[in-house]
Amino acid sequence: MSETPLLEVDNIKVHFPIYKGVIARQVGAVKAVDGVSFSVNRGETLGLVGESGCGKSTTGLAVLRMLSTTAGTIRFDGTDITHLSRAALRPFRRRIQMIYQDPFGALDPRMTVGQLIAEPMIVHNIEPNRAARDTRARDLLSMVGLRQDMAERYIHEFSGGQRQRIGIARALAMQPDLLICDEPVSALDVSIQAQIVNLFQDLQARFGLTYLFIAHDLAVIRHISDRIAVMYLGRIVEIAGREALYDHPKHPYTQALLAAVAIPDPDIEATRPHITVTGEVPSALNPPPGCRFHPRCPLAIDRCRTEEPQLRDMSNGQSVACHLA
Amino acid sequence: MSAAIEVAPVRRNAFLAGLIRLIREKPLGAIGLAIVLVFLVCGIFADVIAPYGINQISPVNRLKPPSARFWFGTDHLGRDMFSRILYGAQLSVIIGLSAATLATLISVTLGIVSGYFGGRIDMLVQRVVDAWMSFPELIILIVVVSVVGPGMFQVIGILGLTFGIGGSRIIRGAVVSVRENMYIHATQSMGATTTRVLLRHILPNIMAPVLVLFSTRVGAVILVESGLSFLGFGVPPPAPTWGGMLSGSGRTYMYLAPWLALAPGLCLTCVVYGINMLGDALRDLLDPRMRGSR
Ligand SMILES: Nc1ncnc2c1ncn2[C@@H]1O[C@H](COP(=O)(O)OP(=O)(O)OP(=O)(O)O)[C@@H](O)[C@H]1O
Ligand SMILES: [Mg+2]
Repeated sequence: MSETPLLEVDNIKVHFPIYKGVIARQVGAVKAVDGVSFSVNRGETLGLVGESGCGKSTTGLAVLRMLSTTAGTIRFDGTDITHLSRAALRPFRRRIQMIYQDPFGALDPRMTVGQLIAEPMIVHNIEPNRAARDTRARDLLSMVGLRQDMAERYIHEFSGGQRQRIGIARALAMQPDLLICDEPVSALDVSIQAQIVNLFQDLQARFGLTYLFIAHDLAVIRHISDRIAVMYLGRIVEIAGREALYDHPKHPYTQALLAAVAIPDPDIEATRPHITVTGEVPSALNPPPGCRFHPRCPLAIDRCRTEEPQLRDMSNGQSVACHLA
Repeated sequence: MSAAIEVAPVRRNAFLAGLIRLIREKPLGAIGLAIVLVFLVCGIFADVIAPYGINQISPVNRLKPPSARFWFGTDHLGRDMFSRILYGAQLSVIIGLSAATLATLISVTLGIVSGYFGGRIDMLVQRVVDAWMSFPELIILIVVVSVVGPGMFQVIGILGLTFGIGGSRIIRGAVVSVRENMYIHATQSMGATTTRVLLRHILPNIMAPVLVLFSTRVGAVILVESGLSFLGFGVPPPAPTWGGMLSGSGRTYMYLAPWLALAPGLCLTCVVYGINMLGDALRDLLDPRMRGSR
């Protein structure tokens, strides 16, 4: 049983239709996610990186079932949850939680921290007794490194890092299996970022949590991920174990991304390929034919302009969607 | 320990604590509350407090200015204005508070349904609101009154409905902006029911406009009721509503006996002012971000 991945995403597409005119005729669609497949094993962290607008958040929201998928399937713990009804989805709403980039916006300003953490326990009937709920809320606060008496205070009285800890405590109150972390540290100070990333790791070790960790900071992703998926314009272009991806990136786009950040190891720094890309990300409304990266790719050949490369398994779990790899 | 035993003292303490906070942090609001309470008590116990009957005529004491005997003077029929104001408080304050409460309930319900669910429901509700608002409230009132006859309940019902439907636009706007907040999304994604989202998250976060709407409506209802009474569609005379007094003898004898207009006018101003101050104070007290501010 524990052999099956906790989360399997198979070729999902999320298209946002665009309407125009008085009769609201559909004139096109933003193909925010256009055929994405990956799986996340239990207790593992899959990092998801890519430029702004490539569809990372949309992928996360689709897994959370907060956006309807145009095509494809999402399987959680062996169950196809892609089209589950509201009622049938309820247990999964407990097991899959989201950690937001802006914890201040994601926490109701009119509730005390104690109420915020207790709310999921009421919703999922985890702790029917009020006193027991309060106790557990306080325990959760200490678990994420806050003082228990902070339960009485309101969210605006906290710093960014503290707010994110509260957001994490609220998610943990539901005893989830999978946390979708959508850039959970990118709004924080660098010094605080490290603390929160460490907290994520501690909690993972303690509760066997599984993370889908979205970020654009390659250092953070490298620190926390077991495997990393690189997205470009609604598709995954490369997915590999952390070491493989950072040491031998195979897709020109991954190489370019990594080239943009210096690597502290001079041996690797000297030998790794240095690719630079120019130009802008094409529109998700009208992605280029063939390989979506070809207009910006310095290595593009004719085949790249016509034929769309599929993710191919190279070796030891490294998959690349590139004709040249 | 049973839950019931635990809850009761907590509730009362919370109420007391709230009252103490109101007095300490929002003295103006506390004054507003006191004003409203004084008028409520006057209205409720008018029978006991009033020195004369409402319609006790005394031809020798016509149009007497305020004195120790007639605190607010007398009107053209020699009726004691102070007694009439007290009975008027009963009618006007009751009408004002109940119609404003009804109006706020209707506004909040329509506004939340329309603003939260959006789409077709929103479209439908908004067109009904448009249609309703295109009728002058007076026409609706005249129709209703001609069918069921004039009276206090008709006035409360019609004014509550009219102000309620009109105010739903304001609430809808507030709901639409609150709905876009990430915490609503977060609560939905954790599997909370729609009822919980609406009652625990949307409603508390639109309390500011709701309270403002309510407190402005009380004054507006009392004023509109006076207009209706003047036209004969309100609470029929000789029942003493403040509006009726203002627009009736108050206007006729404005130069000869200004106290006839001043007494109900000032009372009206006081009540409306008191309710507005109380509403503002409550709005600030209910907002955790305003804790400790004045
Ligand atoms: N509700 C929506 N309606 C229409 N288009 C949308 C919607 N949500 C997202 N998009 C579009 O889908 C694409 C992917 O957006 P998404 O938010 O997933 O990007 P992202 O990778 O998370 O970016 P970032 O790093 O900036 O958060 C973008 O082009 C965006 O404009
Ligand atoms: Mg995003």
